[in-house]
Amino acid sequence: MIDLKDVEKTYVTGTVEFKALKGINFRAEKGEYISVVGPSGSGKSTLMNIIGCLDVPTAGEYYLEGRPVIEMTSNQLADIRNRKVGFVFQAFNLLPYATSFENVEVPLLFAKLNGRYRRRRVLEVLAQVGLADKVNNKPTELSGGEMQRVAIARALANEPDIILADEPTGNLDSASGGEIVRIFDELNKLGKTIIIITHDVNIASRTDRIVKLKDGLVESNGNML
Amino acid sequence: MVPLVSFKQFVNDMRRQKLRTAMTMFGIFWGTCSIVLLFAFGKGLTEAQLRSMRGMGENIAIFWEGITAQEYKGLPKGRRIHFTEDDVTQIRQRGQHVERISAEYISYDVNIKYGKQSTARNIHGVWPEYGPMRNVNPVFGSRFINDRDMAERRRVVVIGNLLAEDLFGEDDPVGKEILVNGVPFKVVGVMKKKQQDSSYSGRDSRAGFIPSTTYRSMHSRRYLNNFVVQCKPTSTMLQTRREIYEIMGAKYKFDPSDTKAMAVWDTTEGFAFLKTFFIAFSAFLVGIGVATLITGGIGVTNIMNVVLEERTKEIGIKMAMGARKSFILWQFVTETLLITAVGGLLGFLFAWLLVSVFPAFNLEDYVGTPTINVWGGVIVIVILGLVGLGAGIFPARRAANLQPVQALKLF
Repeated sequence: MIDLKDVEKTYVTGTVEFKALKGINFRAEKGEYISVVGPSGSGKSTLMNIIGCLDVPTAGEYYLEGRPVIEMTSNQLADIRNRKVGFVFQAFNLLPYATSFENVEVPLLFAKLNGRYRRRRVLEVLAQVGLADKVNNKPTELSGGEMQRVAIARALANEPDIILADEPTGNLDSASGGEIVRIFDELNKLGKTIIIITHDVNIASRTDRIVKLKDGLVESNGNML
Repeated sequence: MVPLVSFKQFVNDMRRQKLRTAMTMFGIFWGTCSIVLLFAFGKGLTEAQLRSMRGMGENIAIFWEGITAQEYKGLPKGRRIHFTEDDVTQIRQRGQHVERISAEYISYDVNIKYGKQSTARNIHGVWPEYGPMRNVNPVFGSRFINDRDMAERRRVVVIGNLLAEDLFGEDDPVGKEILVNGVPFKVVGVMKKKQQDSSYSGRDSRAGFIPSTTYRSMHSRRYLNNFVVQCKPTSTMLQTRREIYEIMGAKYKFDPSDTKAMAVWDTTEGFAFLKTFFIAFSAFLVGIGVATLITGGIGVTNIMNVVLEERTKEIGIKMAMGARKSFILWQFVTETLLITAVGGLLGFLFAWLLVSVFPAFNLEDYVGTPTINVWGGVIVIVILGLVGLGAGIFPARRAANLQPVQALKLF
């Protein structure tokens, strides 16, 4: 489903080049539950952004469901972000001025779905993450855990096959973090492919496979089931 | 084409970012309002000045008797040149450049009476052409002196609007009889109120006008006080003056180039000056307008830039959620256009409101009636809109061209 071959990513800041990824090979099959671990600066987030089409590789190949991502136009990439991949960020990245409902509705608007369907779907996913009673609250009126659940609901809105989460519990206390992880567990049982970046050994141990990164390279690819 | 469904999001964004929207809108509002007002009052002032300049008459010159300053064909200098009504008739017959002409006799401080009201005002003996030429226009339901009045030496009088108020108060003077120096005259006309900023024998508003023939039959006077000439629209007053000097010079034997032989007040000279002055005044207003626009534009640009950081992140989030580039740009363009349109329209309406209530302050005699220039307003709104668009769309395009991860500042 996800297939990266010799992917490199180089950031250029002024005259300084920084090679974040130095030739990554990575595969994920449909329905897999994978954690990505590694020290800071090992390239975890960069890898995740490339998988989620938030960024493009400098070199190498990337096939998503067999289609070459490298050759896609910006509109095609936007459509993949909209429908194929749901992204959950460490910093939540909710629109601060919008309610939970409006935040979750954003990807549905870009998918050009009609109003009645959007409404039903937003309430559905908010209920799925346990926020049926916080539909009209703004992010400032929510706890960290609740904000992250809104973000997960938003990632789920367009029923993507893949959920990518970049340290989703990094900003949360352990109780809230535990709830978030339980949601991911359930989603995986429903058949979603889930890839989580984490520093937390407890989280990593729940996943099917642990991929270790070091200095922009895959140190260990874990065991394929 | 982005479907209407995105419109909801756009409206949401506008509603959520009240302060930014309000500040930008206020910038446009204020710019539009001040420029529209500036031009409205500028135009009003200019027109009021020109109107009161025209109050005595347009393209007219007044001629008085003079004393020759040059010897001519054996005749000495220092001869007094008077004129009679016949001279004026002759000028009318022979003058190629003369549009209208009228003889004028004046009696000063004549006793005028109606019932118990009595006052002392000037009485002018004039020709029918005097009225339209000197802007002594009758109010509705009355008239100026006509040819039959002249031929039959009727005792009819046209009175100024203030003289009418002095004598009759609220009553309609037309058809009533007044006593001019004890002689009964019938009032046939009342002058329409007008602005008049210059005169040679008192304001027309407090004067009385009677046919010159009637005047002559009552006073044994041979010579006129003066005569008034209006030149043809196709001629210049200079040509007309030269022509009159030639006609009169031939008749009374003086050198047509002897300017002292007749005294003349050519009002077109002052008019020309005033016109030049107001062209300069308009240029000044345009200058202020441009400065105001630049200030407004800088304000709008500033506001757009202040929110750039916040917006870049927002753009990043939206792109991560699947927004296409075209949506981001479309949103910015529509947003700016809507803000500009609403702000501009409000500014225009506010200016219009101020101009509409302005007459209530009774200052029109001093600064004129401000007049709204719709196209000026539209141009101002368009310029401010373009400035806002430029200020908004370039950062938006830069952000939309980033990879989502860069806009989100995740790396």
